[in-house]
Amino acid sequence: MKNDPDKIVRYTPYERANHWLSALTFILLALSGLVFFHPAFYPLNQLFGGGVWVRILHPFIGVLMTLSFGIMFLNYRKLNLMTPTDWQWLGHVKEMVEGDDRNMPEAGKFNGGQKVLFWMLVGSMLLLVLSGVVIWRAYFSFLFPAVVIRLAAVIHAIAATIIIALIIFHCYVALWTKESINAMVSGQVRRAWAKQHHPGWYRQMTRGEK
Amino acid sequence: MALQSLDIRRRSATTTPPPGVRQTTEVAKLIDVSKCIGCKACQAACMEWNDLRDDIGVTAGSYDNPRDLNENAWTVMRFAEVELERGKLEWLIRKDGCMHCTDPGCLKACPAPGAIIQYSNGIVDIHEESCIGCGYCVTGCPFNIPRLSRKDGKAYKCTLCSDRVLVGLEPACAKTCPTGAIVFGTKEDMIHHAGGRVADLKRRGFAKAGIYDPQGVGGTHVIYVLQHADQPGLYSGLPADPSIGPAVTLWKGAAKPFASFALAMVALGAFFHYVVKGPNEVSQETEKEFEDEKRPR
Repeated sequence: MKNDPDKIVRYTPYERANHWLSALTFILLALSGLVFFHPAFYPLNQLFGGGVWVRILHPFIGVLMTLSFGIMFLNYRKLNLMTPTDWQWLGHVKEMVEGDDRNMPEAGKFNGGQKVLFWMLVGSMLLLVLSGVVIWRAYFSFLFPAVVIRLAAVIHAIAATIIIALIIFHCYVALWTKESINAMVSGQVRRAWAKQHHPGWYRQMTRGEK
Repeated sequence: MALQSLDIRRRSATTTPPPGVRQTTEVAKLIDVSKCIGCKACQAACMEWNDLRDDIGVTAGSYDNPRDLNENAWTVMRFAEVELERGKLEWLIRKDGCMHCTDPGCLKACPAPGAIIQYSNGIVDIHEESCIGCGYCVTGCPFNIPRLSRKDGKAYKCTLCSDRVLVGLEPACAKTCPTGAIVFGTKEDMIHHAGGRVADLKRRGFAKAGIYDPQGVGGTHVIYVLQHADQPGLYSGLPADPSIGPAVTLWKGAAKPFASFALAMVALGAFFHYVVKGPNEVSQETEKEFEDEKRPR
């Protein structure tokens, strides 16, 4: 399993573990956060042992995700810098959505869409963390005037809606692009998969072979 | 916290009508600031009826004691020394506490079903056993009234003695006030009574005397008679035109059902994209290329 010559390593065990830590904390945060979002979601509080527990736990889970996501940001920020080819890729994104990738400009380890998603996630997380601190009544809210707390509550709700939509999208494209979940589970992808979806990265990884 | 269950006008975080077949008369507490002598009997009566004792605090060079509202002090007298005309000092003493808004920001902001309710008589009450301690009521209140307890994390505020009003008694503060600065009755009667007081004050030289019953929150069920109704800010920062505000309205208005719907559409859209377009697989060409490469080995 380890050094299958037909496969290429895409994510290290440590990267995978951290990604799934972010994923699990995100799911817990979304479920607990929705409790406060609208009465329709209030029954989700039972998953956490009641409304009071949701209020106590949500910010601490947030701290955990902030750490995990922060590490991901540091790991991937350089890989996600936009190149001219990425912008061209985005120009052709309509074809990609149609399911026709024959004319897509060459993607590196991450394509233009993944990079835009990355920066949008980073932006939403930044807003969530900053506003989250302000509305954390138990420890921080007393430091801020009411106007700031009100604004933070709105920002937190808006950024949360955006990040939930982004993550639904993220999960969908992972399911849609067959075998890509393997990359984040086993860490390896088939050479054919790499060449198909990330040709630039494939060339880079196989340079010097043969 | 009280016992009424048939006359609920609004219930926090509830999207269906609350039990409200019984319509009771709207009540109001009138606080005539011009008659207040700052004796704090109302504070003592409030503590006594609700059986709450705050810790002994520290004096800060003013008569305000305690210095602010807290979970044990649901009403405080706020003393302001004002000199509108040179050499003419006025001591404006305002009894602060919940205003029992017709359109309550606390109730609107509260995410816990039934933790805040408004009775048809206008009283806004927190049901602490349903409170989850998030502090959204504090965020939503335009008067900065609810306080989270340091002991149990629940929100507390003046109940307008809903338990006394239920059985036909007046609030403890009104009962005890020695000068008649606090009176209690139907909202209609209180507005009428306040009108008489304002006319009297105007005759005595307070040209700007008036009633404080702010319409930005739909009117309140605690109303003031102010000598200087044109400048409520003189009375220890009473807001001139309180309202729930755009941030809280956006946060708790139509935006959230809309956002929930939008999220559902994202998920549904993704599902139908898969059904219509099919999965994004490695193409036959690429597969073939790698198979050919393997064969000679």
